[in-house]
Amino acid sequence: MSDKKNWPLWEIFIRSKNGLNHKHVGSLHAADAEMAIENARDVYTRRNEGVSIWVVESQYITASSPNQSESLFDPANDKVYRHPTFYNLPDEVKNI
Amino acid sequence: MTPVEAKFEYLLRLGDNALILGHRLSEWCGHGPILEQDIAITNIALDQVGQARSLLQYAGEIEGKGRSEDDLAYKRDVMEFRNVLLAEQPNEDFAYTIVRQFLFDNFNYLLYQGLCQSKDEHLRAIAEKSIKEITYHLRYSSEWMIRLGDGTEESHEKMQAALDDLMIYSGELTTPDAVDTMMYEAGIAPDLSALQANYQQKLKEILQEATLQQPEVKYMQSGGKDGSMHTEYLGFILAELQFVQRAYPDMEW
Repeated sequence: MSDKKNWPLWEIFIRSKNGLNHKHVGSLHAADAEMAIENARDVYTRRNEGVSIWVVESQYITASSPNQSESLFDPANDKVYRHPTFYNLPDEVKNI
Repeated sequence: MTPVEAKFEYLLRLGDNALILGHRLSEWCGHGPILEQDIAITNIALDQVGQARSLLQYAGEIEGKGRSEDDLAYKRDVMEFRNVLLAEQPNEDFAYTIVRQFLFDNFNYLLYQGLCQSKDEHLRAIAEKSIKEITYHLRYSSEWMIRLGDGTEESHEKMQAALDDLMIYSGELTTPDAVDTMMYEAGIAPDLSALQANYQQKLKEILQEATLQQPEVKYMQSGGKDGSMHTEYLGFILAELQFVQRAYPDMEW
């Protein structure tokens, strides 16, 4: 326990109900994957938030660089025709 | 002892175990070794206080003297409590807390499995709701037994010391007395002596994985569940637990 500061950081993803995607909800420290699941259960699903948990050690996530955000994301700004906003969705279709 | 009196006594045992151990665990709130464990232990405390509420409420109904779960929790004195001695032992450190929890959860899981077959419909319903929580409690405490027992040299030593100290309170759990026997014969509760083999097997299994030595106990302490002799710790717990109700009787907010 004395080296608890060395426990790695884990990113936590929760599926709130069947059929939906797992969503990133936050991160926490744990010694291994199993403990990360248990900690996530206690930290993030206390109020009925989830039916499934994914954990992944933060170091294995590769992130895009903020410096490149102009070249990565700005070109999509003026291309509204890529949004499917011109369809009429039936009321029965949920979660889109 | 009439069957109704015995049932009241028995429900107090179940309720007081949950209340007192839940209160003990709640003492960790804000003091856990790391944030995640602080929340985990507080969750278990809340589960147990919730179970205590259902059980003591039912106990009050069975007694038939109009006492609510709050009356039973806040207005009884030390000698009227029926929790096992193990539940009232102090937290000391994380090792003690985990060993105490494991020795209790191992028993509680087997007991509630039995209570899920109870002929008493109300108690069975409480047990069916609680067993899911208790299954997780046992998983949690078993894992920490193994992690810390088979951890560093320091964690191993602390776990072994806690086990050596607390083992004397484990005998009371599965040793039936007159009330337990009456409940078993009435089909309300499982036969405690029949739980012993499973209790020992799980204990052996976890201790082996945790590389801990099972201490040899020559004399098991008892007196908690029949209320004949509690340890000195229960009075201090009640002083804290009951303070507001004692200082300001029947106050509401």
